[in-house]
Amino acid sequence: MKMLLKLFVTLSLLMALQPASAQLHVFACEPEWAALVHELAGDTAEITTATTAYQDPHQIQARPSLIAKLRRADLAVCSGAGLEVGWMPMLLRQAGNDAVQPGRPGYFEAAMQVHRLEVPNTVDRAMGDIHPEGNPHVQMDPRRMATIATALTERLKQIDPAHTADYTARGADFSKRWQAAMIAWESKAKPLHGTRVVVHHRGWVYLFDWLGLQEAGDLEPKPGVPPSAGHLAELKTELATHPARMVIYAAYQDERPAQWLSHETGMPAVKLPFTVGGSDGAKDLFGLFDDTLDKMMGALHESH
Amino acid sequence: MKRYALLLALTSAIPSLASAEGSNAFNPDIALILSGTYGQFQHDPAGYAIPGVPLTADSGPGERGFTLGESELSMSANIDPDWYGLLTFAMAGDNTTSVENAYVQTTSLGNGVTVRGGRFFSGIGYLNEQHAHTWDFVDTALPYRAFLGTQYKDDGVQLRWVAPLDLFTEFGAEWLNGSNFPAGGSANNGRGAWSTYVHVGDDVGDSNSWRAGLSYLATKAVDRNTISVNPANDDLFTGTSKLLVADFVWKWAPMGNATQRNFKLQAEYLHVNNDGDFTPAGGTVIPYDGKNNGWYVQGIYQFMPRWRIGLRHDQIRTNDPGIAFTGTVLDPQGHNPSRNSLMLDFSNSEFSRLRLQFNRDESALVADNQWFLQYQMSLGAHGAHQF
Repeated sequence: MKMLLKLFVTLSLLMALQPASAQLHVFACEPEWAALVHELAGDTAEITTATTAYQDPHQIQARPSLIAKLRRADLAVCSGAGLEVGWMPMLLRQAGNDAVQPGRPGYFEAAMQVHRLEVPNTVDRAMGDIHPEGNPHVQMDPRRMATIATALTERLKQIDPAHTADYTARGADFSKRWQAAMIAWESKAKPLHGTRVVVHHRGWVYLFDWLGLQEAGDLEPKPGVPPSAGHLAELKTELATHPARMVIYAAYQDERPAQWLSHETGMPAVKLPFTVGGSDGAKDLFGLFDDTLDKMMGALHESH
Repeated sequence: MKRYALLLALTSAIPSLASAEGSNAFNPDIALILSGTYGQFQHDPAGYAIPGVPLTADSGPGERGFTLGESELSMSANIDPDWYGLLTFAMAGDNTTSVENAYVQTTSLGNGVTVRGGRFFSGIGYLNEQHAHTWDFVDTALPYRAFLGTQYKDDGVQLRWVAPLDLFTEFGAEWLNGSNFPAGGSANNGRGAWSTYVHVGDDVGDSNSWRAGLSYLATKAVDRNTISVNPANDDLFTGTSKLLVADFVWKWAPMGNATQRNFKLQAEYLHVNNDGDFTPAGGTVIPYDGKNNGWYVQGIYQFMPRWRIGLRHDQIRTNDPGIAFTGTVLDPQGHNPSRNSLMLDFSNSEFSRLRLQFNRDESALVADNQWFLQYQMSLGAHGAHQF
């Protein structure tokens, strides 16, 4: 027992003696927030991304490596609104890091910075895995992304006041480039307005809200419930009377249900990045929207 | 005018709605686990014994027929900026309710330190901390059943420290009351048990992650009951039990995406040493120094969304404590206890699961074929699970 205590004290002393790193350690729950932090903080931040574009952010294990990374974080940036409810609370309770606990400046929930859609009036699991806080997949609306960027810049200044001037300059620069890109995206995406689109999971409402797309159906019978043969057959029948122009799914989702529906109805199935890293083109936030719009416009022409 | 009245009605309705939500918002997260099992045994599980191993009432292989398995009701919330609290009631089939977990733990000590106090599952091993509804089989591993009475739960305090390293490295220590098997009688003024453990873990690429651990649990027992075939005539043990556990878990999912396919390999080795005085029912005191060990290895494969199949092998090795124990429960009678299990489960959503399991149980002297059918449903707050 004494041995253990000695080890404890020795290790703690060793840690205390290490020079404090000048870098800001950021734990990003999803790749889009890692990309945003990189835009806003550059090399000032050492960023860890907990998930990749090929993983379902609802279903992540509270892995030991994530506990180790959260343990050393000064700032955690997550979608929030219940998206990470299956793993983030466990990481927070195990990491022993007071700086990133909910309610502290070090815990930033992107979805809570913007107006959320699909906030349910009643919450019942018979409706599937819905989030009482509303739909958390806010990253696919660049207008909301701009709001989140502004809030995140303020948060970075609060946590790391030594680099305030740097964050202000980078925030302004990002905002300028982002606004210009948004004008280009909106004009490019005009033909998509009013287009009926089938989705795999209800993860695209913010993209639809931005571009004025219409959701023609979900491959999942309920959010979080995998597509079933019966549900797909129903959807096919419904699409025969009210056709859609394409079916879209995220890089991490099973492509087979979308491909089946595409084969049965003749409309193209489009695999979209959904987040940074989900396709070769989606290398950063700008690439994410460039590539998404390229692919959707391509599908629109194809389905003529 | 009408429109104005409607607007007025709406705006006056909003504050009352907001205040109702406001007071509710502070209610703790409530999670209810409904679980039930149908068990079919060739031999009556009431007469179960593993020759050579001192057992407790919870070491049995299960119950015949329909039973409410491990249904639980748990409430948890942040108490204030510095504390988190959790309470779990476990409901058993015989209409008894027990407090499974009731603890508070710090959230703001920082530096990787977490202190917990109350009643909790000890952090030793891998399976010990897992609640029954997160097990991959209906029943726990044979060495846990035999040496820990399913899992070690006690009242006490726990200290955990995560080192600030890239490699996940966690140290833990616990001081416990010592009232539950393999402890007993709350020796040492209610400080009858202590434990210490270290866990390490990491990822290998995007697709693999692992955790390994080494744990030590020392318990004192005063007149600890050992279940014999006739429960009215319990044997008594007074002395110390020292338990060493080595555990290893490996999880694989293609690109780390577990929704389609994933695989989990889990293995643990337990070594126990009971040292003290043994009093067989109706007999005289015999000095006892017995070493037993056991291990299990299991693999769970999700071969398509919703469906998983699992295989497990358990084994226990008993050492003969000597001629003085002939005829007592501690006589191994030359038997090598083992068990093989096969499991198939289906999850309609992440909140509901149905399971079918077959055990070929050769842990008792007579081999037993066991069938289980189980449902596990999770209602209410979305629980976050440990690795």
